[in-house]
Amino acid sequence: MNILKIAVRNIQRNVRRSLMTILAIAVGTMAMLIFGEYVAQVFVSMETQNVSRSGHISVFRTGYFKYGSGNPAAYGIHDYQTFLKLIAEDSILKPLINVVTPTISLFGIAGNFDADASKTFFGLGVVPADFNRMHLWDEHHLKLAAKLHINKLNEQDETHGFIGVGLGRILGLCEPLNIPDCDKKQSPETTQKSTIQDKRDFSSLEEKSNQITPESEGNTVPRLDLLAATAASAPNVVSFYVDKAVTQGVKEFDDSIIIMNFKLAQKLLYGRGEKQAVAIVIQLNKTEDIPIARARIDKLIKEQGLDLETKELTELQPFYTQAMKMFAAIFSFISAVIGVIVLFTIINTMSMSVMERTQEIGTLRAMGVKRKGIVVQFILEGALLGFIGATLGLIFGSILAQIINHSGLTWLPPGQASSIPLKVLTSGVSELMFDIWIIISVISTIAAWVPARRAAKMKIVDALGHV
Amino acid sequence: MSEEPVVIFKSVSKIYQMGEVSIPALNNVSLSIPKRRFSMVLGPSGSGKTTLLNLIGCLDQPTNGTIEICGEKIAAISDDMMSDFRAQNIGFIFQNFNLIPVLTAFENVEYPLTLLGMSPSIRREKSLSILESVGLKDHARHRPNQLSGGQKQRVAIARALVKGPMLVLADEPTANLDSKTGASIIDLMYTIQEQYGATFVFSTHDPQLISHAQDVFSIRDGELIEHHTERG
Ligand SMILES: Nc1ncnc2c1ncn2[C@@H]1O[C@H](COP(=O)(O)OP(=O)(O)OP(=O)(O)O)[C@@H](O)[C@H]1O
Ligand SMILES: [Mg+2]
Repeated sequence: MNILKIAVRNIQRNVRRSLMTILAIAVGTMAMLIFGEYVAQVFVSMETQNVSRSGHISVFRTGYFKYGSGNPAAYGIHDYQTFLKLIAEDSILKPLINVVTPTISLFGIAGNFDADASKTFFGLGVVPADFNRMHLWDEHHLKLAAKLHINKLNEQDETHGFIGVGLGRILGLCEPLNIPDCDKKQSPETTQKSTIQDKRDFSSLEEKSNQITPESEGNTVPRLDLLAATAASAPNVVSFYVDKAVTQGVKEFDDSIIIMNFKLAQKLLYGRGEKQAVAIVIQLNKTEDIPIARARIDKLIKEQGLDLETKELTELQPFYTQAMKMFAAIFSFISAVIGVIVLFTIINTMSMSVMERTQEIGTLRAMGVKRKGIVVQFILEGALLGFIGATLGLIFGSILAQIINHSGLTWLPPGQASSIPLKVLTSGVSELMFDIWIIISVISTIAAWVPARRAAKMKIVDALGHV
Repeated sequence: MSEEPVVIFKSVSKIYQMGEVSIPALNNVSLSIPKRRFSMVLGPSGSGKTTLLNLIGCLDQPTNGTIEICGEKIAAISDDMMSDFRAQNIGFIFQNFNLIPVLTAFENVEYPLTLLGMSPSIRREKSLSILESVGLKDHARHRPNQLSGGQKQRVAIARALVKGPMLVLADEPTANLDSKTGASIIDLMYTIQEQYGATFVFSTHDPQLISHAQDVFSIRDGELIEHHTERG
């Protein structure tokens, strides 16, 4: 009681010094909070983008993940429909799953013969309805889909889809697709002109059904010819209509991606053979359910004796994990620096206090206060400064977070091609706040302990003699 | 001397070590201070008065010799036990008053009682009553910086006596006061010593202040040169 009273009054006594100390701690706490909230925001937006693109768990034929991307046709999942049904109707998985959908990855050559341009592409075959639904995934309520202008894939016409912006540029589709930063006349002349006639020949490989496309539509929607080798190693061609050029934020990707209807991809990859899927993608409602869901899927695969394996978010997107680790490391570093600053601020303030109050310490000891009592007295004062500073820092930080979120500042996050509003995460950060508060308070207590111990160790006679 | 002495010094020496130099502050002092009396340590500046009082007050250890306070041999007890011993048995009055600046007069007086774990109501009663005895009841809520030197020393006297200690030590309590205030402080100490029946040890270099003293110990250059007893 007495100790607390003395502590509070001593803090009030040297108002200027106490305020400076509290302010330094508050600013440090605020910086830690804001940066922590920023990192949290980066984490959840990266998670949201990755999950909305590629789900939480993917199921492949065993070995595909290591060797299959060179030859997707050879690692197809036979009878994928049955497996889809198995997962979709499993009583444990059902409540956890948002979307379960088959996909196909393939490589081929895309040609735009009107512009005499062709380019190898990486094709992703998706079920449009599922693709569209996956992009609405928003566990953290970021509303990124709206902010990033995610486009809906055509659910009616299987010949329609998206291509990467880079691919659009290369294939001379700047104008019809309204691709920015496009000087299409810039491309150097090559000797390929002479081979137009050969390329024209691709179209003769197309199936008849795809040939009947109304020309009137072709005026507005650019058409590409996609050439690939089927599972049976025969060349195969389909027509593809580009609705939109999209970006994933990675140049290599944007220069080669084609997002097409699953059925079209199947046609391209399997021709008239057995229609398979390359992967089953599972998007859960909540990221935290990955372990349960994955274990269950693994169990189902084992029970059915299927030759399949599962991979999750972090394995499929190593960049995601690395980026998370990097941000976590930066956050730790900044926190450590702030911690050291707080430590020295408190040590300095409390050392001055001990020095000024040497005679008081001697008096208290003469009256019968034990060494421990002196230590507690000074630790309490330092800790109190820390508590007040940390609390004010959290309050200031929360206010600053609101200001930042309403300031209209933008930034370019990793894995994005266009700037998005600069935001810090303000919901669900109570644990972060609590951790910071505890860290600052603990540091303050430790810091105060250093001069407090010195105060307690003084010889009473010397302390009393000190004027 | 009818009663057991409160303080017994047997061949006590105190040598301060300042690096290479040793400063003998007390040299082979043997004395005993009787109970419930007003004793005075008299000597010029630098003679060793403060050193003597610090040893009596268990604030320091002698270099040689044995000290017994209230029947306890002081040499071999731990720092914590020594603190408890002081909290129970010894009250201090300092030359510079040494009040806790952030506490009011009342809180300063009350502080020693909290160290003894007394209940708030008893603390309050005792503190107010002794503040009244020193004539400062109206100043209970004042902080030390709102009090005059004489008032501060009255608060200090109240603080030293409130717990009813065996021994009250006052090291030149009037040195920072003008002579009139000093005299009144000494009068107060004398009355209050009688009232509370405490053993007072008071040091001064001013021979004019010895009028009240029942025992006078004169020291010079760290040696006890005279012990004069009046009455008893
Ligand atoms: N902590 C110390 N370290 C070294 N020497 C000391 C210390 N305290 C006192 N002395 C020395 O011991 C001697 C006695 O000092 P002491 O303070 O006991 O004298 P005093 O009679 O109280 O003097 P004053 O009337 O000035 O207060 C002096 O020579 C002093 O310089
Ligand atoms: Mg002295």
